[in-house]
Amino acid sequence: MVERFNICIIGGGPAGLRAAIAAGSAGAEVLLIDENDRLGGQLIKQTHMFFGSEKQDAGTRGIDIAQQLVNKVQSMTNVKVYLRCAALGLYDDKVLTVLHEKKYRKIRAEKFIVATGASERMLAFPGNDLPGVYGAGAVQTLMNVYGIVPGQRVLMIGAGNIGLIVSYQLLQAGVEVVAILEGSPHIGGYLVHASKVRRAGVPILTSHTIMQAIGTNAVQAAEICALDSHWARLPGSEKTLEVDTICLAVGLSPLSDLLWQAQCRLTYIAELGGHVAWRDANLCTSEPHIYIAGDVAGVEEASSAMVEGELAGLAAAKSLGLARVDVDTAMSQAREQLIALRAGPVGEKIRTGLALAQMRGDEQHA
Amino acid sequence: MLKQTGVPSTDDLKRVSPSEVRLALGPVAIIECFQKIPCNPCATSCPQGAIKPFVDINDLPDFDPALCNGCAICVANCPGLAIFVVDERYSEDTALIKLPYEFAPLPEVGTMVGVLNRGGQQIGVGKIVRVQNPPRFDRTAVVHVEVPKCLAREVRFLALGANKR
Repeated sequence: MVERFNICIIGGGPAGLRAAIAAGSAGAEVLLIDENDRLGGQLIKQTHMFFGSEKQDAGTRGIDIAQQLVNKVQSMTNVKVYLRCAALGLYDDKVLTVLHEKKYRKIRAEKFIVATGASERMLAFPGNDLPGVYGAGAVQTLMNVYGIVPGQRVLMIGAGNIGLIVSYQLLQAGVEVVAILEGSPHIGGYLVHASKVRRAGVPILTSHTIMQAIGTNAVQAAEICALDSHWARLPGSEKTLEVDTICLAVGLSPLSDLLWQAQCRLTYIAELGGHVAWRDANLCTSEPHIYIAGDVAGVEEASSAMVEGELAGLAAAKSLGLARVDVDTAMSQAREQLIALRAGPVGEKIRTGLALAQMRGDEQHA
Repeated sequence: MLKQTGVPSTDDLKRVSPSEVRLALGPVAIIECFQKIPCNPCATSCPQGAIKPFVDINDLPDFDPALCNGCAICVANCPGLAIFVVDERYSEDTALIKLPYEFAPLPEVGTMVGVLNRGGQQIGVGKIVRVQNPPRFDRTAVVHVEVPKCLAREVRFLALGANKR
């Protein structure tokens, strides 16, 4: 049997949840699927207060935003949720195949919103396959979802927002963070996050990298070194740190597999984290039945992912003639919020990337 | 320096420090926010109107120390934990620092704790005078620690686990 919906949203993180609420509030019959046991995506482990403005729940912790969004979704009778439901293929006859609780099923929808998020990057170094080498996302899940600390002495690789925030959370869990290494000469994350781990005693070593993880059956130490201005190792700067955990926070790449398979036009845009789909101002891809929102559209903060979700949800509903009376106002407000969030110096990379992602194919190659 | 180490420079701090005259008058916020990021809860939470509403969400806080009474509501509301209240008039030879604190267990009133500077080095000991942790602070406690007056402009954190020893 093929189940039918107006709009199917793939991924129940901040973007997907807000897309479901927006599309549902417009009166669409919505299916929201997620491969995990619960909704919320990365929000369920984000214990810090969010930035942004009140419109994006600034000052509220990610975990609480997740709960609010989930409550809202569950209160909407026209929004159905399938958990433990993995998308397998998205076809041009508007059929999505899924594996839902070990059953293969087909779902037909008029529009799809792909909000699959991003995956963590790996770093190549000898010993990176030893037990004790973790991605920062895994460490966050272990600690903040399951209440398990990964080790007692951690070396963090990467001083972007994730590396800084997870370091802080490790300290909160009573774990020692021996150092945060950053290959580039500057801290990439928000400086307020850097300052709060620094004053708790964690050294942040910019222009430093890991050379190898040392250990027989598990991580026992890490060899690190300084880098010169050309990212080459500075001879004589090698140091060995005794650690039992190495945590990698070296960036994210959009999870665009489904978009590739659905034959959306994709482009590699370094500023957005990797291959992303071309999209119009309403986040519709080159395939008119497929929208994108959140990190899959370009790696960014959860605040903008939520606003993108709302915009895509409203736009998809409007394209089906299911619009709320205030849809145009709501859509232009969402676009204005995105512009405001990205307007500052920290939004420059995203602005550059998005300009490229919205160009037509012929312009990209011009 | 800030972008390399996370520790603001003397020049950075000079730009955000209230005047000597204002500091001498008693409790006042010091907003150690140096980077334009999209964030404004300090302005929306200030009951005194001392932090002006943002025109652009990416602005740095526009703070008028003359209007600030050191209530520390912004200290609990700043998502970056970048605001401190300093009272240099607390006593003849001590100052009071109100700082954001998100670690369990919370320190107990009356205990002596190690106090740390912005680089995380212990520079002395302080006495916990008060711990504010009402629901509206949403789990960011504001800890009041009394320190020697000469350390008022350096102390920004407590030694973790000091309260356990």
